Amino acid sequence: MKKFDILVGIPANLSMINIDTDMIIPKQFLKTIKRTGLGKNLFFEMRYDDNEKKIEDFVLNKEPYNNSSILLTGKNFGCGSSREHAPWALLDFGIRCIISSSFADIFYNNCFKNGMLPLILEQKKIDEIIEYSKRKQNIEINLTKQEIKFGNKLIKFTIDKFKKNCLLNGTDDIAMSLEKKEEIKLYEDSLKKNKPWIN
Amino acid sequence: MPQTLYDKIWNEHIVYQHDDGTTLLYVDRHLVHEVTSPQAFEGLRLSNRKVRKPNLTLAVADHNVPTTNRSKGIEDQDSKIQVEELEKNCREFGIEIFGMNDKRQGIVHIIGPEQGFTQPGTVIVCGDSHTATHGAFGSLAFGIGTSEVEHVLATQTLIQKKSKNFRINITGNLLTGVTAKDVILQTIGKIGTAGGTGMVIEYAGTVIENLSIEQRMTICNMSIEAGAKAGLIAPDEKTFKYLKGKPKSPKNENWDKAVAYWSKLKSDSSAKFDQEVEINGKDINPMVTWGTSPQDVVSITESVPDPEKEKDEDKKKSIIRSLEYMGLKPNTKITDIKVDRIFIGSCTNGRIEDLRDSAKIIKGKKVAEHVNAMVVPGSGLVKQQAEEEGIDKIFKEAGFDWREPGCSMCLAMNADKLNPKERCASTSNRNFEGRQGRGGRTHLVSPTMAAAAAIAGHLTDVRKFKN
Repeated sequence: MKKFDILVGIPANLSMINIDTDMIIPKQFLKTIKRTGLGKNLFFEMRYDDNEKKIEDFVLNKEPYNNSSILLTGKNFGCGSSREHAPWALLDFGIRCIISSSFADIFYNNCFKNGMLPLILEQKKIDEIIEYSKRKQNIEINLTKQEIKFGNKLIKFTIDKFKKNCLLNGTDDIAMSLEKKEEIKLYEDSLKKNKPWIN
Repeated sequence: MPQTLYDKIWNEHIVYQHDDGTTLLYVDRHLVHEVTSPQAFEGLRLSNRKVRKPNLTLAVADHNVPTTNRSKGIEDQDSKIQVEELEKNCREFGIEIFGMNDKRQGIVHIIGPEQGFTQPGTVIVCGDSHTATHGAFGSLAFGIGTSEVEHVLATQTLIQKKSKNFRINITGNLLTGVTAKDVILQTIGKIGTAGGTGMVIEYAGTVIENLSIEQRMTICNMSIEAGAKAGLIAPDEKTFKYLKGKPKSPKNENWDKAVAYWSKLKSDSSAKFDQEVEINGKDINPMVTWGTSPQDVVSITESVPDPEKEKDEDKKKSIIRSLEYMGLKPNTKITDIKVDRIFIGSCTNGRIEDLRDSAKIIKGKKVAEHVNAMVVPGSGLVKQQAEEEGIDKIFKEAGFDWREPGCSMCLAMNADKLNPKERCASTSNRNFEGRQGRGGRTHLVSPTMAAAAAIAGHLTDVRKFKN
């Protein structure tokens, strides 16, 4: 997994609430057996018209936001299905950090598995960054220091320590869990004894 | 210390716990389908890993399969590849799969319970958000992403942090004509689509106790639409009766041991919940969604909301957008909304009781002339049972299309989809923009409400519907 440390980019503002995973990447694109290539269909129905022509005033179709790596968005982002295609599509487009006042659980977890940072901030602070985003200038997100710098402003954020370390180190979750294979084996032995019907 | 049912299941599955509470949790049951698994199997191959417990894993193709004649296979090339990929992966890694022509094939959340693979007190996962369905058996069941699917395949565990405890008490009794679907729609309307975020919901109260196991599945199924990690219901005699004799249920002395264990699975009377909500059953009416989020719900006797009355700016914007998408005017009576399509099916409402209940409504009647209606049984076994009971004939005589099992128009990944601006009364679980087809307009309802709408040609109160 790609490490996440410092991210510098122009934030794009998509301030709708309850953006669901069907909006992020509609089902017709879930038929892939790969993780890559989904970026062009990100937010498909908002980004393209019925003739699949780009809708010009959609934020991610506009310069310089078409190159944004940071997305500012409304509460409960990523609600709906468990499809990891949603973070894959965002990542493939180039977005590595999403800032919202809240996220749906499965989407939130899926981001971390792909070296992406879903950042939870109070709406008031997000509003400040939204205002700044109109300048079309870079902001800096520093995960180690847990801070966001824009202009001469600085916002601190909180994040689960375990998840932070996984991002900073680009940890392979599976390898980490397999280090506990003795514990897993012990658990399975006791399962056989205490709940023989499970196996 | 007194514990909730969720606390008990969680504690029983801890393999290893880090100081900060991050936990390696054991997974007893893993369901796999074709859409969220190919990249996981590919990951295993790339890192040269095996499936740790193939016997705790069960696979089925459901999202992409055609619901029409299957003798010619799948027409859509991408869908075909995905289904074949699942079959290939299961062969390679030694996982049991119900193939497309197996009569046990069906929606993953219908076949788990049907086979007795779903059991109380277990941790059940699947790369699908409606995994919460299995919570109806008193299991901790939740949806995961593809990276986590790979993690479970390789380790039979998941890295998790504990959620909070949320209890929803549905007290009293339900009025005639009100179903489990209405209970969960009203609940989501009350707590909101993010009302359960970071929490596991336990549904309790007399209404829940009186529901059948299949109705309980409908309730737990839509926990994710309230944003919850999972939803569960304490197992009882009905649960044990349902599971007795199922192909993968415990047998002989294991059955007795299992029932003894399952009988203890309930929240302690003094257990503390982080949040509690109470709804009186008599206050629940047949419900309909009017917008593009499952929380956009009103009773069938009400009208489409007026954004001008909403004070919160974000919500107002969201209502205006929804109404525009749905092609609805504020203050329109819900019963004045005409429908073009009817969909009865899905992991929410594609079980035998759903089909029996809706068949009672349409018996001897005809689908309105302008309406195109379809029934998609949740599994091959549900279909077979319905055909044995003559339910298929009732549907067909009324003018419904009687289809092969699968997810179908719940998410429209196969050929079953709405055309732009087509309006559908659907027994599925999501009314998101484009969910049932680009530009399609979904009204979520119960199976009996969908059946009544099919005959009337518009949304209608099933309680006033004359048989």
